[in-house]
Amino acid sequence: MNKDNILEEKEDYEGSKMGMWLFLFTELLLFTGLFLLYSAFRSRYSDEFHTGAAELNKTMGTLNTVLLLTSSLTMALSINVIKKGQKKLSVLLQGLTVSLGLLFLVDKYFEWSEKIRHGIYPNSAELLQRGKGETIFYGLYYLMTGLHGLHVIAGIILISIMIIMTINERIHREKFVKLENAGLYWHLVDVVWVFLFPVFYLIS
Amino acid sequence: MTTGDREKSFYETQGRHTGILSWVLSTDHKRIGILYLTAMFSFFFVAVILGVLMRLELIAPGRTIMSATTYNAIFTVHGVIMIFLFIIPGIPSGLGNFLLPLLIGARDVAFPRINLMSWWFYITGAIVILVSLFTGGGPPDTGWTFYVPYSIKTGTNVTLAVFGVFLLGISSTLTGINFVTTIHRLRAPGMKWFRMPLFVWSLYATGWVQILATPVLGLTLLLLMSERLFGFGLFDPAKGGDPLLFEHLFWIYSHPAVYIMILPAMGAVTEIIPVFARRTIFGYKAIAFSSLAIASAGYLVWGHHMFTSGMSDIARMVFSFLTFIVAIPSGIKVFNWVASLYKGSIELVSPLLFTISFIFLFSIGGLTGLVNGALATNIFVHGTYFIVAHFHYTMFGGTAFAFFAALHYWFPKITGRMYREALAKRAWVILFTGFNVLYFPMFILGLEGMPRRYYDYLPRFQTGHFISTIGSWILATGLAIMFYNLIRSIFKGEAAGSNPWGGTTLEWTTSSPPPRENFKEIPVVTGGPYRFGKD
Repeated sequence: MNKDNILEEKEDYEGSKMGMWLFLFTELLLFTGLFLLYSAFRSRYSDEFHTGAAELNKTMGTLNTVLLLTSSLTMALSINVIKKGQKKLSVLLQGLTVSLGLLFLVDKYFEWSEKIRHGIYPNSAELLQRGKGETIFYGLYYLMTGLHGLHVIAGIILISIMIIMTINERIHREKFVKLENAGLYWHLVDVVWVFLFPVFYLIS
Repeated sequence: MTTGDREKSFYETQGRHTGILSWVLSTDHKRIGILYLTAMFSFFFVAVILGVLMRLELIAPGRTIMSATTYNAIFTVHGVIMIFLFIIPGIPSGLGNFLLPLLIGARDVAFPRINLMSWWFYITGAIVILVSLFTGGGPPDTGWTFYVPYSIKTGTNVTLAVFGVFLLGISSTLTGINFVTTIHRLRAPGMKWFRMPLFVWSLYATGWVQILATPVLGLTLLLLMSERLFGFGLFDPAKGGDPLLFEHLFWIYSHPAVYIMILPAMGAVTEIIPVFARRTIFGYKAIAFSSLAIASAGYLVWGHHMFTSGMSDIARMVFSFLTFIVAIPSGIKVFNWVASLYKGSIELVSPLLFTISFIFLFSIGGLTGLVNGALATNIFVHGTYFIVAHFHYTMFGGTAFAFFAALHYWFPKITGRMYREALAKRAWVILFTGFNVLYFPMFILGLEGMPRRYYDYLPRFQTGHFISTIGSWILATGLAIMFYNLIRSIFKGEAAGSNPWGGTTLEWTTSSPPPRENFKEIPVVTGGPYRFGKD
């Protein structure tokens, strides 16, 4: 007998959920530090923050908000249907979530490259010449949306793993806590964006 | 017990892998605990040598054995190793991993695989830090606090070192999440919250601090790395940034971090005192709640590191007041420890000797903390050797002495063998003497105006520095004897039996060393953790 099996692999639903919530809490705190910096700088350079925000592309920002909110819906639905045993539908919905996440990144890519083409990126001559307030605004813009973007990528990888696990029947109607946790993570990514969107795009 | 009955210990149960892999890929919390302890004490050894070299350099004014640049690198590396690789993971990740499931009657932690992942983050972070010393621009010379703007401008290998610390932060956060969940979910039947051993309470409070504070460190280090790589300018006044914000973010983590260091130490000595005083602990609930109080109040006092950095008077007064608040739960603990010893039938063995010296040294460290926390005196002692003496009294005299106490106390449980008691006592006397000779003169040097981190000094400080350097040799001798005794006893010590001290907590009910699954059957708890005589 394999001695490692002495410890029977039993899944503690409540425990997994609790661990995940605690983890999400740490993620939230990671972003809180940046929001703290944001508020300190915004009170110092409120005019420049408005000028900066006026230049951001609201259409693309709104599009991204819609994409992420929709992806949260498909994610939630995929969990709902797996509980009813509808495996194929769940895989489809998870796939949709991943695609919406990818679209978000594509949109972000165009938005960033547009800015970079205009010479607006950290430490660029153009930005430094515009003065302190805007340098900081765009510094925070790149940092915060960048860190959020990394989380989107992590979420996409995570959900892709969930798709494979669902196909392999390692996630099914009786055992879905991993999928639920992945969903929670994805909602966190969404919620952070819901705050990033107004503080960067809508304050002008 | 006959040999036939004897259960196989976890050392003899290899699991899926063999050889070294049976350790580094094991999800057994006991093996992971030992991995941590081995790694930590190896790093500790390196940092002690660096410390001794620093003291040797300072034995006389001017250049003695090294250049000023080397000295800067050495005090930075000494600090980084001692803080991030030894003291912070120290008791929770090392002993906590081994003991937590045993103390609450569980088979393992809540997430064994994440536990292993934490260790891998730890060891990878450690390796990255070690690599940063020998590559790029050489070892970082910023001090362990990595203050901007120098940390952004220096050509030394700060980026890589900071990345290493970032990985250690992830390790610490995951351990915190794991422990908090374990304590919520895996207590043995009947073990209500107020029947938990107090070490578990302190690990619980520590776990929360790890969860609440470490992400802020992660962010701070991420920002520092991106400043060095891309130059966002958030901390650079020329670009509109503010270096003070770095200090704030850094201490929002790093002050709570000192409670990650001290709380588990306080918990460990709380286990030891009742056993060797043969009395139940005095003020169980007060000790349990004071851990939580320290954890929560400790989150709000970071500003006291920055009294001279530039802050409004109101902010400084609030931070100073809150700092004094933290002294109350600490005082409650000291009072309860002493009260638990009162009228006990005390057995003065090495774990208790270390414990009592912990109380003594920690009290000195804690009370001088109030000198630092008061605004007027802070201005006077800020950035002097007084601070160096203060935090060595709390971190070394406090945490490390408690760690040594716990190491002796649980040594028979971990290894199944007993060390030589007489030698342990001798090591303790030398260690305690060396410690005070090394660090006490620093209080006086600091009050006389000797600044910390200086390579050279005025001739009038020489006596103090000379005595202190002598102390470092005595201390190192004590450490050598202690570790010789422990390491020798792992192989040659006498068999200890499952309960050599007569402890009443659950870990003593299973064999030493414990079997892979910890308990044959999960115990059912019917009363408090400390039951001695009439109590």
